[in-house]
Amino acid sequence: MPSISRDEVAHLARLARLAVTEAELDLFAGQLDQIVAAVAQVGQVADQDIPPTSHSVPLTNVFRADVVRPGLTQQQATAAAPAVEDGRFRVPRILGEEA
Amino acid sequence: MSELTRLDAADIAAKVAAKEVSAVEVTQAHLDRIAAVDHAVHAFLHVDTDRALAAAKAVDDDVAAGRPAASPLAGVPLALKDVLTMQGAPTTCGSKVLEHWQPPYDATVTQRLRAAGVVILGKTNMDEFAMGSSTENSAFGPTRNPWDLDRIPGGSGGGSSAALAAFEAPLAIGTDTGGSIRQPGAVTGTVGVKPTYGTVSRFGLVAFSSSLDQAGPCARTVLDAALLHEVIAGHDPLDSTSIDAPVPPVVAAAREGATGDLKGVKVGVVTEFAGDGYEHGVAEAFAAAVEQLRALGAEIVEVSCPSFDLALPAYYLIAPSEASSNLARFDAMRYGLRVGDDGGHSAEEVMSLTRAAGFGAEVKRRIMLGTYALSAGYYDAYYGSAQKVRTLIMRDFDAAFAQVDVLVSPTTPTTAFKIGERTADPMAMYRADLCTIPSNLAGNAALSVPCGLADGLPVGMQIMSPALQDQRGYRVAAAYELARNAAQGGPLINRVPELEVAH
Repeated sequence: MPSISRDEVAHLARLARLAVTEAELDLFAGQLDQIVAAVAQVGQVADQDIPPTSHSVPLTNVFRADVVRPGLTQQQATAAAPAVEDGRFRVPRILGEEA
Repeated sequence: MSELTRLDAADIAAKVAAKEVSAVEVTQAHLDRIAAVDHAVHAFLHVDTDRALAAAKAVDDDVAAGRPAASPLAGVPLALKDVLTMQGAPTTCGSKVLEHWQPPYDATVTQRLRAAGVVILGKTNMDEFAMGSSTENSAFGPTRNPWDLDRIPGGSGGGSSAALAAFEAPLAIGTDTGGSIRQPGAVTGTVGVKPTYGTVSRFGLVAFSSSLDQAGPCARTVLDAALLHEVIAGHDPLDSTSIDAPVPPVVAAAREGATGDLKGVKVGVVTEFAGDGYEHGVAEAFAAAVEQLRALGAEIVEVSCPSFDLALPAYYLIAPSEASSNLARFDAMRYGLRVGDDGGHSAEEVMSLTRAAGFGAEVKRRIMLGTYALSAGYYDAYYGSAQKVRTLIMRDFDAAFAQVDVLVSPTTPTTAFKIGERTADPMAMYRADLCTIPSNLAGNAALSVPCGLADGLPVGMQIMSPALQDQRGYRVAAAYELARNAAQGGPLINRVPELEVAH
């Protein structure tokens, strides 16, 4: 099984939108490597023809009646927002400087 | 300590209904107890004093007016795990990302508790987003085990288990994704139940691993857990994974068990959950409990479930994978923490800075592990294989339950470990969930009932039942509880040391 390098942790952190410090890269590289080595045991069934289970209760197509029901008001929906402007969520600019 | 805080939930409800004591007096006694001991235990993140007293008053008004009780638990105080939403109070999930967040709606479990006249005292501490086995991963500091304040109360629901063992509440709600109700129950000498997946609504339960998460009852007696189970369980259209089936008759089963007869019940001891890694005292207490079941008339056989050995690795792929997706919602835009919004950073940078500042180390580890397991090139080897293991575990359960009515094992391989002992070694921490994980992966019912002490610390016996047959475990647990109390000089919980009281 592949070991997890520092660079790979940095890549995973980027994918997961997690800013990590240099010290965390060292810590997590070692720990994730150890954890992945342990969980890799599941690979012993990889070649076997076994149907996968994603969910213990096999439910499909759960619908509700197509009727209007009350939801949150605008005030309720924005009440816990980190920033609000004119009754709407205010977000930072979505494009980087270079764009 | 007020005698009112020593009472079982069923006794409290009966006394309130009979006007022997008011619900307000009972609630005040528990609030006083929290004020006296929670500085040492730290079970609560938020105490909802005013509304608890108002809810109790409403129950007393019903009693005074001669209206029928809203439920068999009307007027009984309860501690709610801080992963379930409750309007008007913070829901933090033990995370800085949600510090001070006030949810705009009640979880279905919260609604059902309120409708039943249960008095919610406050919100309990937990490992951040329920990821952990010790409550040390809470951003707001650890909870301590009332049996020994230097030890962990289990996790993730250590606040709920400690609140019970410290007599701060007679009832609590936990959530169990890999053992977070049962393992805390085991190490605090309390009863913890993971109902069948899909039988208690997840609406308003902040998601960690959606295919595994299940809320359930925590109490000091099997009957109390059953009474609470029937209050919170049942189909909910707001949770699309909710099972539309009658709630298993768990209260009737607990009462039947209390007759003390297990003749005709076939109990399977899981071969794989013994041996190296199991503390001697745990193995000894568990073996004595199995003998007690035999003495009650149960037939005992050994059952091998070979795939259970792969449950832990499969879980630590499936749960982090689902978590990495579920926790993407904490993006600093609509609620919760936002860091670095100074005009100089883009939305993506603000997201990364917020998540770095808001999540603790274990949450970050699991998000990255899940991201890794779901990556192109690794998906089949890791996540795909883990899903196959899940099938094998379900098959092992099916085969076992074709032979026996329930399966038993120790709930967790050790007694409560010392605070700090495993924080630097994630794999050692993960092994606390070794015996509890299979029932999360398969979705069946499982509970932990106290089964004795090892070196003065509680040991739990796990009883696993088939899906939607939760009542079987309750019957066996209730019969066992009664016999153990008789054999060991009363309820185990009465031997918890007195806590130093603040004045």
